[in-house]
This record gives sequence, structure tokens and C-alpha cells, in this order.
Amino acid sequence: MKPRHKRFVFIGLGLLVLGVATVLVLNAFQKNLVFFFTPTMVANGEAPKGQSFRIGGMVEDGSLVRDGDGLTVHFVVTDTAKSVPVTYKGILPDLFKEGKGAVAQGQLGADGTFVASEVLAKHDENYMPPEAAEALAKAKASGAQESKSLVVPENKKDSL
Amino acid sequence: MIPEIGHFALILALCVAVVQGSLPIYGAAVGNSALMAIAKPAARAQFLLVLIAFCSLGYAFAEKDFSVLYVAATSNSQLPLHYRLAAIWGAHEGSLLLWTFILTWWMFAVTLFSKHLPETMRSRILGVMGLVSVGFLLFMLTVSNPFERLIPAAVEGRDLNPLLQDPGMVVHPPMLYMGYVGFSVAFAFAIAALLGGNLDAAWARWSRPWTTVAWCFLTVGIAMGSGWAYYELGWGGWWFWDPVENASFMPWLAGTALVHSLAVTDKRGGFKVWTVLLAIMAFSLSLLGTFLVRSGVLTSVHAFATDPKRGTFILAFLAIVIGGSLALYAWRAPRVGLGGSFAMVSREGMLLANNVLLVAAMGSVLLGTLYPLFLDALDLGKISVGPPYFDSVFAPLMAPAIFLMGIGPLAQWKKAEVPDLLKRLKWAFGVSLVTALVLPFVMGKWTPLLSLGLLLALWVVTTAVVGLRERLSHSNGTGLSDRMAAVPRSYWGMLVAHCGIAVFIVGVTMVKGFETESDVRMNVGETATIGGYTFRFDGTEDVVGPNYTAARGTFHVSRDGRETTVLYPEKRRYTAQNQVMTEAAIDPGLLRDLYVSLGEPLDGGAWSVRLYHKPFVDWIWGGCFIMALGGVLAISDRRYRLAWRKEKEPKVAPVARPARCEVA
Repeated sequence: MKPRHKRFVFIGLGLLVLGVATVLVLNAFQKNLVFFFTPTMVANGEAPKGQSFRIGGMVEDGSLVRDGDGLTVHFVVTDTAKSVPVTYKGILPDLFKEGKGAVAQGQLGADGTFVASEVLAKHDENYMPPEAAEALAKAKASGAQESKSLVVPENKKDSL
Repeated sequence: MIPEIGHFALILALCVAVVQGSLPIYGAAVGNSALMAIAKPAARAQFLLVLIAFCSLGYAFAEKDFSVLYVAATSNSQLPLHYRLAAIWGAHEGSLLLWTFILTWWMFAVTLFSKHLPETMRSRILGVMGLVSVGFLLFMLTVSNPFERLIPAAVEGRDLNPLLQDPGMVVHPPMLYMGYVGFSVAFAFAIAALLGGNLDAAWARWSRPWTTVAWCFLTVGIAMGSGWAYYELGWGGWWFWDPVENASFMPWLAGTALVHSLAVTDKRGGFKVWTVLLAIMAFSLSLLGTFLVRSGVLTSVHAFATDPKRGTFILAFLAIVIGGSLALYAWRAPRVGLGGSFAMVSREGMLLANNVLLVAAMGSVLLGTLYPLFLDALDLGKISVGPPYFDSVFAPLMAPAIFLMGIGPLAQWKKAEVPDLLKRLKWAFGVSLVTALVLPFVMGKWTPLLSLGLLLALWVVTTAVVGLRERLSHSNGTGLSDRMAAVPRSYWGMLVAHCGIAVFIVGVTMVKGFETESDVRMNVGETATIGGYTFRFDGTEDVVGPNYTAARGTFHVSRDGRETTVLYPEKRRYTAQNQVMTEAAIDPGLLRDLYVSLGEPLDGGAWSVRLYHKPFVDWIWGGCFIMALGGVLAISDRRYRLAWRKEKEPKVAPVARPARCEVA
């Protein structure tokens, strides 16, 4: 093989690897991207049925109910405008609390209950998951009546 | 007073860094040796000044000086001393100080071990590192000063995040940063080579040990971070493909490619341009990692700052460093030259393929990490890219790379014969294949991935044995020990590091294939069985720690009626921030880990409990440490020791081949 041909082979192989990588990436993206929806969006029917997505907001005060098995929990996630009931079977993270922000990943059931496969609240006390904070901010901006006085904490150290 | 001294030392360090980053580089360009000579004392002075600053902050923490904002924000009077000191890097400002401190430490090391470098090269290297340091010092002094005062002083500190109050946390960040910042040396070597337009095998030989040391630190740092997540987060996972983890993994992938590419440049003078690009890439990714983790773009325990000014600064800094070095690369790389030619099937060819695969894998991780950020920044919606994405992209790219890892070391440089390779490797392949197919059945479960994982691991080990046997039969000496001693340490290092990968793969494969997990409600006295082990819950009792109170559960674990161990998981409440934390209890073992963590208290003394049986999980971290050990062996090779010994003798030999300039 002449050096020139060899270079073509190398470039070809490089492109092949790149191509395979691209196919893998696109394929995986298609299957594994998880979109985020606010409770308002879910209530408006914007969320997909039969596909996994995330919702976020505040865990409504007094909404946490535990089944007899000790593992299945029900709670309500709200962005102050709309709320979505959530069911989860498993152990909740340490920082999951009523009145605090939380993000849940799962699917919307036929009865409108969000069946979570994962609940995320793994941050410090006054921290709000950004998705949850945004859901609250959006609801606020769209002129929803504020039934509760909500304080979205700014995670700044200046406010010790 | 002491914090002011630290602050002042940082300002002085900035002045020194500006001098170090300008005059020596200019001096090297015009050939003025007086200007070049400034580099060394400047670097040492800078190290000393940043050391003073670092110690001042440490003093403020030790003395519980809550009139310093940073100290008040990240520590507490009840926090034990070792965690107070570790709190230096427990948040944004201090970790930047640690970054800079380690950068100056590396500079200092360069001044110690660079006597054999040509003067121009050394002054350029130190100059480039000085410029990087200017960026970080400016950043600290303008927008994130760790010495900022809080007037009036706080009565009590806010406390360190309980997740970070852990021995692993004390060591993990410095290790990781040693790795990150260590790539700045390779980066500086690369930029110096571009500036000088001179990149020969000697250049590669100088920068190789530095890169390997940085790589070892990074490997250990990542492993420790992963181990910390495993036992501290209470979820039993060891890798989440969290953006923060990816941020440290990407430089590792680029650094691994760099280590291999440097080997070719050193031994064969090839891959020059590629090596330089990888050096730039590895350091750029380290900076990007710092940016991703520290800017608050990502949200996790690691994200400290949410100040937009800081984000802008880091973004600008990144643009200057990465953009500048790539522009320099585009301009000067053609002068460096490509190096020797080689056949497709040759050691170079395999290493090139390995490099391309590693970089492709790095690119896919980068894409998965940054894509959600781009979408968010462009306001196209919020998405998250989960572990399934990374699993399904990363594994297919790494599998061929690991397969090639077995063949590469056995192939000749320049040109290898396929039939010859087949002949030498057929036994290794046969043994690996049969064992990989049979072993899962013996263990009672077969899946394609299980066999594939075992095949790759066995392949790496068996080919290493074949390689070693050939090497021993060719080396001089009578007895086996003589012959083993004749094999260079760098070769041992390579073998050990590759076997580390094999150990790692075994760990991952076995955990993925055989782990069992169960979330259960347990009453006092109740038992649950997983993986053949029976866990009996004997209730909880209240215990009091230095800065927390906890409910401590007692679990008696038995197998076939005999007691294996007793585990005490805790649910802690840290008093300063009233934060709850799960402290898992683990019984580690060579072949399996038993893992218990408490969920929530239920009525009647019952708890929800998470139980895991994780076979071979410790092999994952063991493999990483073996890899790092391989790196250490490689740098203890005679070639490098000779170079250092030469240094001590007063200029006997002329400096290694500066005459062979490759100026176009």
C-alpha cells in the first residue's frame, strides 16, 4: 500500500468509528432522554402517556400517606397552580420532606396518578432541585393565585 | 490578622505569577537567558506564597474563626478538627485555593526535576503554568475570595454538609485535583513544544513520567469518589453517570489516551501532533470539569456556587485557555511534524485504534453531559440523560478497545504479521472463550453480557501471561528471578495496569450479573434473606455523636445457621442544619459485600430497610488501585531513574539532543 492509500484507510477507519459512535449515541438518545414537565403541564395533558418523564415541584404539606406494607407511599407534587398525585414503592431519600422540593421520575398511570420509579431529593436542606424551583417560578409567572406563601430559597451563602 | 496575611500572600502570588507567565516566555522567544532564569525562582516563590495562604485558611478553620465568611459557611464549632481541616476544600472558594495550591506544587516539582531540560523549554513550561495560575488567582481575588470577612462575626458556623463529613472526603478531592492539575504539566509541555516548534522523542520522554503520575492520582481520585458514593449515599451504587462523575471521567479517558500516545512518541517518534492535541484535550477537560462541578451549572453536593459572576469568569477563562491553545495548535502543529510511518497492523496501529476509541468514548460522555445544559441554555426544555444512555454507548465503544488491549502489547512496532499474531494468541483466546462460556453456568446463571465481560477480563490476563512468557524467554539471565529482573519495570507497569482493568471488569460484570437488592419493612426480630445470607433486625437504639444524634440499628447476619457478622447502620440527624443522613453499614469481603441501610422508621419500632448482596464489588476499586500501581511501577523504570541520576552529576553529558530541531 502506498502511504497515500494508507492514509485513506486510516481516515476511513476513523470515520467508521465516528459513524458507529454517532449511531449509538442517537439511538441511545432516542430511547433514554427523559423530559421534564411541571404539574401544570401534566394537568394540561402535555405529558406523554406510556413514556417515562420527570415531574418536579413541592411536596404538598400533609399529603404523604404510607401504605400498610411500609414501603408504598403516596404524596402530591404541586407547583402551587396544579398538583399531581404520585405513588412510589421504595425507600424515600433522606431529604424528602413535605413542604420541600422534590423531583420524581416515572410514568403517568391511566387514572392520572404518577407512578414514580425514582424519587430525587438528594440535596441539602434549604436547597431546591432546579427543576422544582423552575416549576414553582413558572406557575408564579403565569399568574396563578398564590394560595400559600412560598419562599423559593436562593441557595446563596450570603444569606447564612 | 492571619486571614489577612493569607489574602495578602495571594495578591503577592498573583504578582509573581504575572511575572512568571510573561518574562520567561518572552525571554525564550528572544533568547535572553537572564529573563528565562526568572522562571525557576518565581515558581518557587509562588509555591511558598500560596502555601502561606493555604496554611492561613487552615489556621482559621482550626481556630474556628467564624469572622471569616468561608469558615462560618462550611464549619461548625462542634465539627471535629480533621473535618474542619478537610472543610478547607469543602466548598467553592477553598477548593479553588486547593486547586491553585496543587498547581504551584506541581510547578515546584517541575523546578526540582527539570535540570536536564533545555533552558528555553523549562522557562516556557513554567511560564505557561504561571499563566494558568494567573487565571485561578485572579478568579479567587476578584469573585471568590476564601478570606472574605464576615462582620460582625457569626456566633456559630453553618457546618459542613454532612455528606462530606467522611474520611473518604478528606482524601478524595486532593487526589482528584492532583490528577486534574497534574495534566497541566503535560499541557505546559505541549504548549512549550508548540511555541518552540520542536517536539522530538526526548520531549516525550520528559513529559511521560509527569503525565503518568497525574494519571495515577486521577485514577485513585475517581476510585475514591466512587467508593465514597457507594458507602455514603446509602444507595449501594458505585457509579451513577452523574455529570459530576463524568466531569472527572472525561479527563481520565483523554489522559489514558495521552499516556499511550506518548509511548509511541517516545519509542517511535510517531503520533506527535496527536499527542500534543491529547495533552491540550486532557487539561481542557480538567478545566471543564472544574467549571462544570464548581460553577453551579450542575446541581449536586459538588455544586457550591450559584453566583453568575463566577460562572462568567470561568467561562471566559475556559474560552481563553482552550481557544488560545487550540489556535496555537492550528498555527504551529504543522511545524511539529507527523513522525514515522507504520503499517495498519502494528503496535502503532493498535494504539491508534485504542486512542480513537477512547476519544470517541470520551466524546459520547461529553455529549451526554453537555446536551441537557445546551438545551436548557437555549430554553428548549429540560431533559436529563440517564445511565442507560451512557451504558448503551460506552460499553460498545470500550469492548473493542479492551480486546485490542490484549493484542497491542504483543504486536511488533512498525509492522506485525496477522498469522504470527494468531499463532501466538490462539491459546489465550481459546482458554478465555471456553472459561467465559462455562464459568457463568457453574455460577448458576448465563447472560451474554456476563460472558462478554468475563471474556474480556480473561483475554486481558491471558494475553498478558503470553506476553510475559515471551518476554522472559528472550531476556538474559539464567534463573527465572534473573530473567524477571531483566524485564524493565515499565513493562511490568504496563502488565499490572492492564490486569487492573481486568480486575475492574470482573468486578463490574459480577456486580451487574449477580447483585441482589431488596427494600423491606422489618419489625424487630424479623428476618429477611438475600443472596443466601439471612439478616435479622434486632431493633434500634439512640446514640449521640460529636455533632449528630443517631438511631443505630443492629442486624445479625448469618449464613447456613452460622453467624457471619453484625452490622450497625445508622440514621443520623446532624444538629447544626437539622439534616438527616443515612450511614450504611457494610461487611466488605473479597468475594462479596453485605450492605444494609436504614430507610424510615415505621410504627412499632419497625423500619423500612434496604439490603444488598454485592458479589465482587470491591474488585471495582481494587482494579483501579492496581491500575494506579501499574503507573507507579512504570515511572520507577530505570530510564527515568537514569535521567534523574544524570541530573545530580554536574553537567557531564550535554543536554539531551536539543540540536535536533525540526524547524520547517
